[in-house]
Amino acid sequence: MLEQQLLNALTLGSVYALFALGFTLVFGVLAVINLSHGAVFMVGSYAALALVTHFNAPLWMAMCGAMLASGILGLLVDMLVLKPLRAREAPHLIPMIATIGVGIMLTSAAQGLFGAEVLRFPEETLPAGEFVIGDVHVRALEIAIVMIAFVLMALLFTILKYTQLGRALRAIAESPKAASLLGINVEGLFHVTSFAAAALGGIAGVLIGLNFNAITPYMGQPMLHKGIAVIILGGMGDIRGALIGGLFLGFAEVISKAYLSSQMGDAVAFGLLFLILLVRPSGLFGRKLERKA
Amino acid sequence: MSADKQHSLLSIRNVGKHFGGLHVLQDVSFEVPAGSIYGLIGPNGAGKTTVFNLITGLLAPSSGSIEFKGESLVGQQPHQITRKGIARTFQNIRIFKEMDLLENVMVGMHDHLRYGPAALLFNTGACKAAEKRARERALELLSWVGLDHKADMLADNLSYGDQRKLEFARALATEPKLLLLDEPVAGMNPSEKTVLMEEINNIRNRGYGVFMIEHDMRFVMGLCDRIAVLNFGRIIAEGSPDEVRNNPEVIEAYLGKEEAA
Repeated sequence: MLEQQLLNALTLGSVYALFALGFTLVFGVLAVINLSHGAVFMVGSYAALALVTHFNAPLWMAMCGAMLASGILGLLVDMLVLKPLRAREAPHLIPMIATIGVGIMLTSAAQGLFGAEVLRFPEETLPAGEFVIGDVHVRALEIAIVMIAFVLMALLFTILKYTQLGRALRAIAESPKAASLLGINVEGLFHVTSFAAAALGGIAGVLIGLNFNAITPYMGQPMLHKGIAVIILGGMGDIRGALIGGLFLGFAEVISKAYLSSQMGDAVAFGLLFLILLVRPSGLFGRKLERKA
Repeated sequence: MSADKQHSLLSIRNVGKHFGGLHVLQDVSFEVPAGSIYGLIGPNGAGKTTVFNLITGLLAPSSGSIEFKGESLVGQQPHQITRKGIARTFQNIRIFKEMDLLENVMVGMHDHLRYGPAALLFNTGACKAAEKRARERALELLSWVGLDHKADMLADNLSYGDQRKLEFARALATEPKLLLLDEPVAGMNPSEKTVLMEEINNIRNRGYGVFMIEHDMRFVMGLCDRIAVLNFGRIIAEGSPDEVRNNPEVIEAYLGKEEAA
């Protein structure tokens, strides 16, 4: 059943890529490794669940709401935590540690609000259709997940590559000082980036929550580890790298679970990542690990 | 005083800057007139780059006032000051190496090319038109510095002299009234210097004010209409190149006491 596994891998990998994209965007533009990204992912899935169960929102609306909620959360993290640290010119490790704290706070808040048990979307709210192509069973849900992930990624690529907003963000990634002296409001675009990255993280949370139909306060942690692995594999701050790395991790994980060991899937996938990094220490697309001042 | 203001583009009055107990600038005053090339010279460590950092908002003055077209710049953010019409280049070039030349110049148009994400999604026609105009203007600016044929090249692949020219074009893309050049000929050979001198003259002739820091005396004397001399954080002379050249204090600052005597 290789085809079935490839479909699973594509579904999972596209969400990993989406998650990692936000993560790598913040690193590229703000030069911060934001370790609250996993918790923001978790908050996104709870937000969608709450909208569906408490407000009877249709799924598409719940997804938009979840993106908005997690985006605002990301914006608040930037304004309340990262901005004061920037103003003090705190060295790189400080914002990273601070965002670990934010992640722990959000996780315990979710545990307090929703409990530690696994919550699920009501079956009737999920897209129900299923197609059979050859031997492969394709759920409508999987098609939706892959499409949403790829449409959002394509949108981000287009903005970064072909618009003034994208050029300004790339300019900041190379030199915030030079960018500000060309009339770019760097602080403002830090906020925009934080919002967009968190919104992508939040929708990734909704998609994973839907795919496995399981939501817990702790779902962000393994995702965070995978996200870190993906952006290191792809090259820190590199957008293409996050896409390829995310898909790669999805395939490595699913294929090793299916054909090697169902218990050791993650171990095999991460072992493979480690081997690749031995050969290419700065990642698949990495040019530099440190950005210019 | 008010008549003065109308004639000068940039006016620096009694500006001081200290870092803790270290006085980098003391009581610095001068006026940069519109439509001319103004030079600020002085030995290494005299505080020249600090003056630029104060003007562009990267540093705040400890005392004194900085006015551009009669409006105070003190307390403004760098991007706000740029949007008022002051652009600058850096002593150590800071082009965006991972972008092509056209993109580098278009980054400089940020304040004039702002369409929000909403316009992007719902009004692509207007966006496309704005992008097209910006692209044409960027090509025009690249042609001013003779780089239009390399528009698609990655900036990282440019020679040192060409990187300087790209920085000029990018600074001009902000549509400034005043262009600040921080040691524009640093690290250049004599023939590159000659080319750049023409380039700067061309920029002035197009109606931009130019204010440069430089310690290459020959370059400054050949190009500037007026010159201020900074030594140990104080202005020791101001005037035409000839006046400055013959000022005994300037000669002393540059050549040392014994040789001047």
